[in-house]
Amino acid sequence: MSAGRRRVSRRVPRSATLIAGCVLAGLVLAVAVVSFFWLPYAPDDTTGGRLMPPGLPHLLGTDKLGRDLLTQLMIGARVALEAGAGAVLIGGLVGLAGGLAAGFATRWLDDTLSALLDILIAFPTVLLAMLVTAAREASLGSAIIAIGLAMSAIVARLTRVLVKRVLAQDFITASRTSGTSWPRVVVEHVLPNIWPTLSVNLALQFGLAVLAEASLSYLGLGAPPPNASWGRMLQEAQASVFIAPAGVIAPGVLLVVLVVGVNLIADGVRDVADPTRRRTR
Amino acid sequence: MTLLTVTGLHVRSAEGRDLVSDVSFTLGAGERLGLIGESGSGKSMTALAIMGLAPPGMTVSGGVVFDAPGLGRTDVVTAGERRLTSLRGRATSTVFQEPLTALDPLMRVGRQVAEPLRRRRGLRGRALHAAVRAALEEVRLADPDRIARAYPHEISGGQRQRVAIAMALACDPALLIADEPTTALDVTVQAEVLTLLDGLVEERGMALLFISHDLAVVSRIAERVIVLKNGVAVESGSVGEVVNAPRHPYTRELVGSARRLDGALEWRTS
Repeated sequence: MSAGRRRVSRRVPRSATLIAGCVLAGLVLAVAVVSFFWLPYAPDDTTGGRLMPPGLPHLLGTDKLGRDLLTQLMIGARVALEAGAGAVLIGGLVGLAGGLAAGFATRWLDDTLSALLDILIAFPTVLLAMLVTAAREASLGSAIIAIGLAMSAIVARLTRVLVKRVLAQDFITASRTSGTSWPRVVVEHVLPNIWPTLSVNLALQFGLAVLAEASLSYLGLGAPPPNASWGRMLQEAQASVFIAPAGVIAPGVLLVVLVVGVNLIADGVRDVADPTRRRTR
Repeated sequence: MTLLTVTGLHVRSAEGRDLVSDVSFTLGAGERLGLIGESGSGKSMTALAIMGLAPPGMTVSGGVVFDAPGLGRTDVVTAGERRLTSLRGRATSTVFQEPLTALDPLMRVGRQVAEPLRRRRGLRGRALHAAVRAALEEVRLADPDRIARAYPHEISGGQRQRVAIAMALACDPALLIADEPTTALDVTVQAEVLTLLDGLVEERGMALLFISHDLAVVSRIAERVIVLKNGVAVESGSVGEVVNAPRHPYTRELVGSARRLDGALEWRTS
């Protein structure tokens, strides 16, 4: 019934992986949220002395310019989440639209789109990011656009296959025989049926986007200073890794925590999103 | 009154193979026609072509004219998608062979039955809820509220086929197409579903196009039959004529094997 779907399912299962993932990713999210209201030091405050070890007053120490590491780390969490969310938004929407178009397209158009996607997937993200940066400027926005575009090709290819598989099913024909129009078929049947698989993939893509942003920042293609990014922090601390290991360990650990958390969420979502899987668990 | 006139229907595949060749028949309001043939004989393709749902790449030619009361005359072969969408469900609706795949696995049964009711009859809220309940009760489903809340994989095959029938009937079609509706079911459930279909078609005065490979099943529910072989109608006539005096060798073979099965069963049970 129409009221039935709105109501929260009576049997939403508790998934251990989902909870663990939420805790890990939630930790990073909390840090990012706090960073908007409170930071230990100003991001460009270089009065702390260079490469101080962890302790007081700088909990995690300072970097080679004397900036507080914890402050940088907190701002980095913000950047990482923005990169992941932005890229998934762009990649998800563009990819979904492209995939749906290819899934419904005639043979000729489908072949053209598929070839286009194959080229786009083979195109290195770093090169794409350099092109976007050249066209715009080196900024977080450019990095997000580049990562999102690269992601959209992968999402589109997955969506295309999923759409084709759903469209071949009897219940689509059954729905059509009762007079459902194509747009309604997409909203009522196609999207809900591709969503369990697609949402898992998007969650995985979120983690990959966070890593991609860190890589781009490491290469100087991400957000420019003073907007700390974990990738750039790693790059800056690389030279002094033996004198001040905290500068590498701290952003590295948070990066792992976030990506593992997101991947666990992806796993958990798979169990929750598909009602036909609930029974077998 | 003639509801459906099919004249010289041809369906050709993308590779140029003739799947249906020159099939013609008429179906009056409330009439029951059986379409018999082995798998690959073109019977399901005929049904899809009648609804204008032949898969992409297929070429359909000939005439398929619906003249349903209140819906006007429509030639399905030449009509546009918009016209066909408004026709489907009301002029004709279909029950498929495999009820598990004919229902959306991710949508609760009640919502699936509600969809055509909402769209065609404009029902909302409480009225819609009551209509779903009534639709499920009409197909003799015990505990309709539980069924409505269930997902398709949570109910039995027979229950699923009853749900599919409820969905097909929701728009009150003038013609019901049943494409091997009992083939995927257990024999005992088969008989029940057949009796149910028989009763519902009778009550509503619907026309029925019953597609099956099983002569015994078709002869129980249809008045006239058409025998298809390799896309060609090799024989047609009333059930009595075809069963008692089959003319085409293929029909004789069908009747013969049905009789042998019957004979074997009687010998076993006597």
